[in-house]
Amino acid sequence: MLGKTAGGLYWMFRFLERSENIARLIEAGFRIALTRSNDTASDWKSVVTTAGVRRGYDAIYDSYTSENVVDFLLRDTRNPSSAITVIDKARTNARMVRTALTTEVWEAVNENWMAMKKALKSPIPDTELPALLGEVRRHSALVRGALHGTMLRNDNYDFARIGTAIERADYTARIIDVKYYTLLPSANFVGSPLDNVQWETVLRSVSAHRSFRWLGDGEMTSSGIAEFLILDSRFPRSLYFASKTLRELLAYLAEDYGERHACHDLIDEQVANLRQHTIRSIFDEGLHEFISAFIRQNNALGAQIEQDYRFNK
Amino acid sequence: MDTKPIHFDEMLAAEGSVRAPYHAYEAWFSKQNPSRLKAKSKDAEAFFRRTGITFNVYGKEAAQERLIPFDLIPRIISSREWTKLAKGIEQRVRAINMFLYDIYHRQEILRAGIIPTDLIAKNDAFLPQMIGLTPPGDVYTHIVGTDIVRTGEDDFYVLEDNARTPSGVSYMLENRETMLQMFPELFSQNRVKPVSDYPKNLRKSLAACAPPNCTGKPTVAILTPGIHNSAYFEHSFLADQMGVELVEGHDLRVVDGHIAMRTTKGHKQIDVLYRRVDDDYLDPLNFRPDSMLGVPGIMDVYRAGNITITNAPGTGIADDKAIYSYIPDIVEFYTGEKAILRNVETYRCAEPDALKYVLDNLAELVVKEVHGSGGYGMLVGPAASKKELADFEQKLRSNPANYIAQPTLSLSTVPIFVKKGLSPRHVDLRPFVLVSPNGIEITPGGLTRVALQEGSLVVNSSQGGGTKDTWVLEE
Repeated sequence: MLGKTAGGLYWMFRFLERSENIARLIEAGFRIALTRSNDTASDWKSVVTTAGVRRGYDAIYDSYTSENVVDFLLRDTRNPSSAITVIDKARTNARMVRTALTTEVWEAVNENWMAMKKALKSPIPDTELPALLGEVRRHSALVRGALHGTMLRNDNYDFARIGTAIERADYTARIIDVKYYTLLPSANFVGSPLDNVQWETVLRSVSAHRSFRWLGDGEMTSSGIAEFLILDSRFPRSLYFASKTLRELLAYLAEDYGERHACHDLIDEQVANLRQHTIRSIFDEGLHEFISAFIRQNNALGAQIEQDYRFNK
Repeated sequence: MDTKPIHFDEMLAAEGSVRAPYHAYEAWFSKQNPSRLKAKSKDAEAFFRRTGITFNVYGKEAAQERLIPFDLIPRIISSREWTKLAKGIEQRVRAINMFLYDIYHRQEILRAGIIPTDLIAKNDAFLPQMIGLTPPGDVYTHIVGTDIVRTGEDDFYVLEDNARTPSGVSYMLENRETMLQMFPELFSQNRVKPVSDYPKNLRKSLAACAPPNCTGKPTVAILTPGIHNSAYFEHSFLADQMGVELVEGHDLRVVDGHIAMRTTKGHKQIDVLYRRVDDDYLDPLNFRPDSMLGVPGIMDVYRAGNITITNAPGTGIADDKAIYSYIPDIVEFYTGEKAILRNVETYRCAEPDALKYVLDNLAELVVKEVHGSGGYGMLVGPAASKKELADFEQKLRSNPANYIAQPTLSLSTVPIFVKKGLSPRHVDLRPFVLVSPNGIEITPGGLTRVALQEGSLVVNSSQGGGTKDTWVLEE
């Protein structure tokens, strides 16, 4: 396959995953705003920070209000990571790699774009926000479903899934990075209802509040949440799970092509590093430092994959 | 229904009777519930949008995507009419290839004084880089879309030859698919010649043009300017249907004297490149140095016989509007036969007498730019305002050689489906022709373009035209 096609598939699925994550992030932020009557500016600020678009936001707005943040994250075309921008980019990439997609995948991503362009034409009132966010997630899920149900299990499929996994790892890591102080063991002693809200927000931003409760017998501790998000081998959005998936996908490519690259060494290292750690040792090392290093590694891995498989000239 | 007797309607004769090819269709249509048809028509539009069958419009806000409106009444051609058309097109395409070979070799036709030397030598579409270069099988124009108009029972004219990079074939294929989905019963009541083999035939035809140095199974690819090109949908559609890679200039480079595409496993050689990029942009080393769309050095690879470029560079000299008026002579010169299909009478404004006539009769004529396409920069005299006429007169006077003029033809009409039922609209027809060393193949039918505005003669999709499925009936 063309290097450009591999790159197009990879980015198409990164952007789709991002659109979904933005919806989750807003959902979690919106919930805090509803359940807490006092000042929510700092929560909206951390939402914008997690989305990685602080600078762009601050250039336009002076304050963090729910209205502005939601509009900026969903509809603003000046925001390179707004839902409408990434949905458009996902479709542009899909058009570029149209020949590598089944009709069903293409139609799903095209319908996503048509529906969202229409839905995001004007500002979203609070009353319609939950339904709309659900719609964003649903459309992304439809594309993924079409991918799983109709695509050949070849390198096309691998590159699409690699894009999803890299974006997933990046997003979960960034959630932890922004909220790390609420996850430190010392936070347990604070134990106020406020912190519980913070923890729940974190879990909601990765659609894991229910699964976490199932697994943890309802008990919620900061280190339990951190362990779940970083090291759990069953939760599909944990750093370990995403990395394990990446290693698996890259191994398929190595086998298929009969050739290992630098990216294979990087992912082996990344998985081994996570395996070596317990949540205890991560806290000992420093949660913040650990997560920052992970984000850097994951970025480097993405860049290495682009290079090894000749996405660009 | 308002029938204007001055236009030939292909479905309904003047006295209201239905012409033979439409008998079965009309019997079916008269039994349909109009609201059901309206709903079907909406379905078709949704289908086109969902599948992304769109084209980009230039000049509007940044490359907007538009749908080409689809009309659900088919255009039906009898087997007898088609046989004659196909013969005429084949003759014309054969002659055009012989002309191109000659013009880039000994130029016998210039020596014989049939065409003025200046018309070639001073023409931008003539590529000196092609002189003495012989493409595989002597084929220059592998894919042709001959534009045909009709004015009467047996009166067919060629309007344009489109020998460089004709587009629209994807609409021909998708229109048929849409009709098959919407009205399957029609295809059991009418025996319609299939068109769906086109992608398979195109691939075979392209592979048959592989360069002589290519020994194994030839690798074919389509070169597109990218997703912002107006015909991008078609490029990706054809690549998908043929099962070949769709490449852009930056995917390609010269490796060991061959053109190769950058794949995830390294570079892979290409043998036949169906390019949908204009000559000027094909090779920044040999043509426009600022082009980002082409491949530096591809002309040298071509010259060395290591790649086939389709259509061949320099093919545009044959479908130039100034050359058009000479095509009947060209046909006769190379084939020794009279042209089967007629040309529209054409005034070459470069000639002083012709220019005078054109200026005196501007309001009755259609004036086109010699190098224009897509209906841009064209004047339709009878439809133009006084100011438009005056402005165009200025343009004509300042650069007469840039224009040709033709009488306004009374194009045939085919009904379209409107609120009130059927209403006639003007149409043209673009059949698609494949040329390879193995022969010439014409897909029965082609793309019917229809001017959706009542009375309008402009069928271009960029100017508010639509399309119809085109049926050629079996005998």
